[in-house]
Order: sequence, then structure tokens, then C-alpha cells
Amino acid sequence: MGSGDSEMHVLAVDDSSVDRAVIARILRKSKYRVTAVDSAERALEILEMEPSVDMIITDYCMPEMNGYELLRKVKESSELREIPVVIMSSENVPNRITRCLEEGAEDFLIKPVRPSDVSRLCGRVRH
Amino acid sequence: MDYVNIRRQAASIRKGLFDQGYLDEQFYQLEDLQDDASPNFVDEVVTLFFRDSLRLMANIDQALDKCAKDFNKLDVYMQQLKGSCTSIGASKMKTECTAFRDYCRDENIEGCMRSFQKLKREHSVLRQKLESYFQQLRQAGPIECATRPSK
Repeated sequence: MGSGDSEMHVLAVDDSSVDRAVIARILRKSKYRVTAVDSAERALEILEMEPSVDMIITDYCMPEMNGYELLRKVKESSELREIPVVIMSSENVPNRITRCLEEGAEDFLIKPVRPSDVSRLCGRVRH
Repeated sequence: MDYVNIRRQAASIRKGLFDQGYLDEQFYQLEDLQDDASPNFVDEVVTLFFRDSLRLMANIDQALDKCAKDFNKLDVYMQQLKGSCTSIGASKMKTECTAFRDYCRDENIEGCMRSFQKLKREHSVLRQKLESYFQQLRQAGPIECATRPSK
């Protein structure tokens, strides 16, 4: 297992405190260990300290660095590139979805995210 | 304290929120996420929502007060607010956020202002009703279980 624990560790990134609370709750109910942060910059700090994250789930639209840019940083890193990255967005923009999937995103979820969306992802979490 | 009546009042407020279109299906999703491990989850998320929405609406107010209207900035703020409304199921507010963004796209400042005033009224009503609802729930105690209104 990626973290060495029985629980998979998911890093959730969203600048909205409401959405962060909801996605963290969905993940915890699905038995994931969750670290929730409010920015891509903070997510990269966490990843530097603890690269044994099993999945990243990030909002697309965030100030400063957005989810797509975070995805690119992760996929450019030799230490981090194997971590699956899932993008969330409240807007269904086909070009945006295509661009993220082409950059290596595991999936693209339209908000509001449901527990069934997370269940669908569990097979893709890094082991 | 008459807990039965308090619970009945809470249920009535909740039913009214759905029947009058203030809340939609997403609120049920939040309730489904609440359990013994997180017994106040919905109350906590709604509290976060009203804290954030007040901040965003203050930003929008400031942006609308400026002489030079930045429709891009207004749209960004409203996109954030709409996202939060969607996440808690604040249906009427979400509709008004969409209307505001349409006016931004058309650079119709009068439309934006009218829409924003309506949004503030919807926000105020929803806040008052949800605060009343959660106050009743707290008084009723932890035994209270939200049930879906009969169709």
C-alpha cells in the first residue's frame, strides 16, 4: 500500500471551505484518510513532506495556481507522477476536461461530487 | 421542554424549505453524509456556507460600488458563490447567481444590480430559515433524525 497503512491517504485540494468539507466527509465515509488543504501551493508543500499520498483530488478553479497547473506539476515530478490526480469542477467545459485528461488526470468530476463518484475511483488509487 | 413539538416544528421548517424551493436534492446528500462519526455535519457545512457567502457578497458589493465595473471580477466572485450554493442545495440562490452571471456576460450593470439585490434577499431568507431549523434541532437534542418529506 502506498502509505504503508491499511487506509489509503487522499490529499483533497479546494479553496472553497464548503466544498472542502464535503469532499473530505465523502472520502472519510469511504474509509480514506484525508488531508484537506485550501490551495495548490499548500498541496505541493504537503507532497514534498509526505510523498506517500495515494490519490490527489483537486478543484480546477482556484486562485494563484489552479487544478490543471497542480496536475502538471505532479506529472512533471519523478517522485509524484505515479499519484493519480482527479480534477473536480462546477463547470462542465469540454475543452477543460479534455486538456486535463490529456495531461494525465485520472478522472474529471463535475460538482457536486457524490459518494458514487468516489466509489468509482477506489480501484484507481495508487497501491 | 416539549421535545415532540420542537421536533415537529423543525420538520415543518425543513419541509417548507423544500416545498418552497429554497433547498434541493443536494441538501439530502449532505444529510446522508451525517452519521455518528460526524453528527453535526450539515449544521457545520451550512455555517461555513453562510460565512463564505457573506464574504463573497461583501466583495461583490464593493466591486459594484466602483465606478469602473469589472465584469470579469464580478463573474469570478459569483462563480464561487454559485459553487457554494450548489454544494449545499441552495436552489433559489443558485438560480439568482446564474442570472447575475448572465447579466455580467451581457455587461448589463442594471441587471447585475437588480439580480444582486434579489440574491441578497434570498440569502437573508434562507439564512433565517436554516438558523431557525438548526436551533430547533439543537433544542430537540441528538435523537432527532431528519427524514425526507413525503412526496
